[in-house]
Amino acid sequence: MEFLSYFGEVFTPISMLLLIGGTVGGLILGATPGLSPTMAVALLIPFTFHLQPVHGLILLGAAYTSTVAGGAVSAILLKIPGAPANIATTLDGHAMAVRGQGARALQLAFLSSLVGGVFGVLLLIFLTPLLAQWALAFGPSHLFWLAILGVTVIGSLDSDSVVKGLLSGSIGMWLATIGYDDMQGVQRFIFHDALGGGVNIIAALIGLFAIPQVLTMFAKGWQDYGVESIEVQRHPLSAAVHEVFSRTRALTIGTLSGSIIGLIPGVGGQIAGLVAYDQAKKFSPEKDKFGTGHSEGVIAAESANNAMVGPSLVPLLTLSIPGSPTAAVLLGGLLIHGIFPGTDLFDNHPEVAWPFINSMLIGQILMCAFGIYIASFAARIAQVPQSIMAAAVLGLAVFGSYSVQQSMGDVYVMMALGTMMYFLERFGYSAAPLVLGLILGPIAESNFIQGSLIATAGNGQFQYFFSGALNLLLIAVVVVSIGYSAMMEIRNRRVAA
Amino acid sequence: MTRVQHIVPSAIVTFVALWVCLISYTQQPSEPFLFPRLISTLFLALSLWTFGKAVLGLSKVGSGVSLAMMRNLAPGLIVSAIYVFWAAKTLGFYAASTVAFLTLLTIYDPSPHGSVNTWVRRIVITAVYIAVMYGLFAFVLKVYTPRGMFI
Repeated sequence: MEFLSYFGEVFTPISMLLLIGGTVGGLILGATPGLSPTMAVALLIPFTFHLQPVHGLILLGAAYTSTVAGGAVSAILLKIPGAPANIATTLDGHAMAVRGQGARALQLAFLSSLVGGVFGVLLLIFLTPLLAQWALAFGPSHLFWLAILGVTVIGSLDSDSVVKGLLSGSIGMWLATIGYDDMQGVQRFIFHDALGGGVNIIAALIGLFAIPQVLTMFAKGWQDYGVESIEVQRHPLSAAVHEVFSRTRALTIGTLSGSIIGLIPGVGGQIAGLVAYDQAKKFSPEKDKFGTGHSEGVIAAESANNAMVGPSLVPLLTLSIPGSPTAAVLLGGLLIHGIFPGTDLFDNHPEVAWPFINSMLIGQILMCAFGIYIASFAARIAQVPQSIMAAAVLGLAVFGSYSVQQSMGDVYVMMALGTMMYFLERFGYSAAPLVLGLILGPIAESNFIQGSLIATAGNGQFQYFFSGALNLLLIAVVVVSIGYSAMMEIRNRRVAA
Repeated sequence: MTRVQHIVPSAIVTFVALWVCLISYTQQPSEPFLFPRLISTLFLALSLWTFGKAVLGLSKVGSGVSLAMMRNLAPGLIVSAIYVFWAAKTLGFYAASTVAFLTLLTIYDPSPHGSVNTWVRRIVITAVYIAVMYGLFAFVLKVYTPRGMFI
């Protein structure tokens, strides 16, 4: 119960200000179609650079939580999911809104997000220290395989093509080697002055997640979408609270499936909502009502995608393996403050780890309260034309990447990587494994070097890296994750044919 | 999407992989390139696989690039590139951002260009945006941006 003694830090004026700012900003960004939670968190990282680590993480955690929930606003009122995680919410949420039940759908969405989110954060609180203790047994060879596992899991599960996902991961790992070598100070792959200090992680994160979205908005051209928001009529909150808790089957299915999916590294929230929706429909006696504006559809989908948030941080905070692309960006946020996941985090930085986790618990409550209150207002902001949104995000990306080291080189790297990623994504490459490769590359390399030195003094490299139960287990997980994804890809292709 | 569309990006990726592999295996001293050798071998193997699939017409993933899409994208991409790679440093961050924001807004705003109201709205939005950015970065975060010819 160590976490209880760190609750005070969450209630300091600066923490509360950041928590509320992050929550409200996240809700609005989440409600805006085209701006993903990952991009929102990436754009916020430069601001955290100017804050204490704990405050920076509180801001990022609040934004992560609320962007996922905020996506429900545009899913329900505009029939455009704010993020991929909200696709399932659109199915019944918008149908309810069309019938004049927009307020009810929004209240159900935020209340079920609260229940799922709180359950997910409680899992984070109780599972993380246990796994972190287990991580103590890890030596350089295990940490090397863990870094490889992080890249391969996201590379194989988060991409449409396993090979292109893994290729993206290896491109990221190569980008991480650019700059001066840590051991001997030798120059590696520096083909432009801007790369003298290596590829800055924050500039890369902003470029890889923000610029492709800006270019996607440009590519849509001069369209006037004419998206119309549905007027939100009043609905008693007490009735929504009663309804959420009376639909226990949908709420339980959503919360449990979201939590389990969040714990699986790399799977992320995109599928949590869809899996929960599908399961809730299967187990419901009112199957036929799904898709026509059934409240169970909204409850299952929204409780799942917020239940995923907390557990997706468990493998991140203990083993450096993010559960979702947004969690990968959070890992970058931790590393720039010199904080490494695992036992280091809980033994040496409990004043950072616990207030951050506790703030996510409070953040769930704030998300629900503000979400219900500002939903209709956020929907209006979500209708901001894409021309304004694209220009604003581009400017923010330029200022944000410059502000970290006050270097134009970082701005060039940000723009070049972002433009490259936009075109690569059009051909099936994926940003998430590339980012993971970039973040976990230095961890893999330092442990590979350390392991090689130990191995040279011992029984040789093969023996060191390929023997022992833990090494073999990690290698097996790497192989299984790649094999499973390859199998699924072949099956999907056969079904499509 | 045509086979050529898949071949071009996979050929570029394979070329980069070959270059990385070549440098990793030929540079001296070799110790700092031990890990890059490992990565570049994997990088090259995967890129050759992707290139082979593209050549054989087996690559199916992705939505590709269309002419209409490129026609929409090109003005924005060119303005962004000029803004980032030249104007930000030469004109100064805030001056360049103002010009870039207004230009992009004008290019992609579907409202009629002949209307005075449209231009007033665009100029007001640009002024508010730049004021917010100035307040945030110059006053709150105290970031000293390149001055250039203006500010």
